[in-house]
Amino acid sequence: MTNPGWKTFLRTVLGRAYPRFIGVWREKSWLFFDVFLPLLQVSAYVYIYRAIGAPLEFSGFAVLGGAMIAYWMNVLWSMASQLYWEKETGNLQLYLIAPTSRMAILLGMALGGLTATTVRAAGVILVGTLLFRVPLQVADGALFFGVFLLTLISLYGLGMLLSSVFLLWGREAWHLSQLFMEPVYLFSGFYFPVRALGFWVAAVASLIPITLGLDAMRQLLYPQLMEKFRFLSVEVELGILAFLAVLFLFLSREGLRFFEDLARREGRLTLRGQ
Amino acid sequence: MGTLMGRMLLGEIAVKTEELTRVFRLRKREAREGRREILALDRVNLEVCWGELFGLLGPNGAGKTTLIKILATLLAPTSGRAWVAGADVVENPAEVRRHINMVCGGETSGYGLLTVEENLWMFAQFYGIPSREARRRIRELLSLVGMADRASTKVYHLSSGMRQKMNIVRGFLTDPKILFLDEPTLGLDVQTARTIRDFVRQWLLDHPDRTILLTTHYMHEADELCQRVAIIDRGRILACAPPAELKKALQRDVVFRLYVEGIADAKNLLDGMKGVRALAQHMEEGRLSVDLILSEEEALVSVLSRLHAAGARLAELKKEEPTLEDVFLSLVGRKLSEESP
Ligand SMILES: Nc1ncnc2c1ncn2[C@@H]1O[C@H](COP(=O)(O)OP(=O)(O)OP(=O)(O)O)[C@@H](O)[C@H]1O
Ligand SMILES: [Mg+2]
Repeated sequence: MTNPGWKTFLRTVLGRAYPRFIGVWREKSWLFFDVFLPLLQVSAYVYIYRAIGAPLEFSGFAVLGGAMIAYWMNVLWSMASQLYWEKETGNLQLYLIAPTSRMAILLGMALGGLTATTVRAAGVILVGTLLFRVPLQVADGALFFGVFLLTLISLYGLGMLLSSVFLLWGREAWHLSQLFMEPVYLFSGFYFPVRALGFWVAAVASLIPITLGLDAMRQLLYPQLMEKFRFLSVEVELGILAFLAVLFLFLSREGLRFFEDLARREGRLTLRGQ
Repeated sequence: MGTLMGRMLLGEIAVKTEELTRVFRLRKREAREGRREILALDRVNLEVCWGELFGLLGPNGAGKTTLIKILATLLAPTSGRAWVAGADVVENPAEVRRHINMVCGGETSGYGLLTVEENLWMFAQFYGIPSREARRRIRELLSLVGMADRASTKVYHLSSGMRQKMNIVRGFLTDPKILFLDEPTLGLDVQTARTIRDFVRQWLLDHPDRTILLTTHYMHEADELCQRVAIIDRGRILACAPPAELKKALQRDVVFRLYVEGIADAKNLLDGMKGVRALAQHMEEGRLSVDLILSEEEALVSVLSRLHAAGARLAELKKEEPTLEDVFLSLVGRKLSEESP
């Protein structure tokens, strides 16, 4: 392999991220739906919690979960099945013949998606706290931000891994994404502490980095309340998240190489007749 | 091999294939006439020199795109080898990619939300071109294809012709040593197709060391643009020479076009007759138009009498200079029927 050099690598990341940065501002209507729809879901939980007289912090769980759902959706719809869409439009072949790193393309997709989604997630948090007056205060801001960042890195690492695995299965990848979506809402504990589902369910759900990320962030937000509901300690959760991040990034690079070669041999890197 | 390597090292050969073969395996439900395998390329040997505009001419399904994809490192050959800019496409694809770019007809690449300039800039980033230099080249190339005023139009607002001109700019933007153009004027209106052809020709005049490998099923596009043309059908190269030479090879033969009335089919009637090398026909305004390639002029007499005996009236008869289309007909046994822009 000739190394294209770090400058081209960076240019590629920014180049591929660019359409996603721009998309947020060019299509403002998306922003509305991306904030409004998760908030609907959040408010359902908030009203249930209120009706049963749960502490106000529980509404905070739901708002935080609603914000994190935006990332999960983005990873599913704009990362995992993305290479399939890129193949359909003819972009994939142009990425692949360029003298640049494929990982840079994936990273660009992730970085762009992550940035764009942060705008939406911030919208959910902002409107959610104003609307439901939930307390969102962190004692240790730096640690909270660290957990958040690590969660995103491993989550998008998972997205990159899925996208390389899905490279080979066009439309099926789309259905797989659909299949993944709803159960994860439940098992990752978007709207309630995951501990409620029992240790083993939580352990399996922890493969989706949002599970541990949410749990740790909730612990940092509501230390007293979460003492009863926490899954693992923040330190352990941080360690596992870091491990997952490295693992997913490594696997996605290997997976991409493997599936690209396989697709090249089977004639499935491009659409027929294109 | 020794001499080939020598010539590649000396830098004469830009693209070379050796017994290049590709078989596609089909899934059960895709099987064609019971066959589960398609021989898309059948031991193709080609050499394209630096500075050449080389054409691959062939009908639908001939294997043109398959060949381009292998050369562009998007598809693995089943057997045989290929080199692009001296690098083996299987063993050293990264080196190949440093020298190439590709534009396909009817391409819908890019992102609709972005402007023309942003889109082109994005693709330039994958080649490590600094932003300022990229913008300069984009402006320059856009004005050459008559799109200077469209730089800030969003891509989803472009007509298909405009879009293809943008794609062409994308291909040339990275200043490739070898450019693959897969049916670049497919489905375009006459004017746009001409702009693109003029642009391609001019670019090669300005950059005489660059190489273009173009596929087309438009006969006159190959004739007009290409220094050499390979005629490909069903995965095999049937002839490879400059257009004029291909036509000269037919000079010994005679080409007649005749229009007859009163019959609907002349092919069954005349096929296999002595002296008839090839024949194609189609209905035109109620008359049957027949293109006839004869290996000797004398055969015309027996052709006409057989037509007469079958009840046909001769409306018009012309003797013609052979065109590339006739070359194709005599090699492939049928015509390239598509209308060309
Ligand atoms: N991925 C694939 N799987 C199976 N068969 C394929 C695949 N790609 C191409 N083929 C078949 O291989 C043959 C050659 O196709 P190819 O696309 O190279 O032809 P072409 O000369 O480019 O034709 P066109 O003018 O239609 O673009 C065709 O029979 C085609 O159906
Ligand atoms: Mg083709």
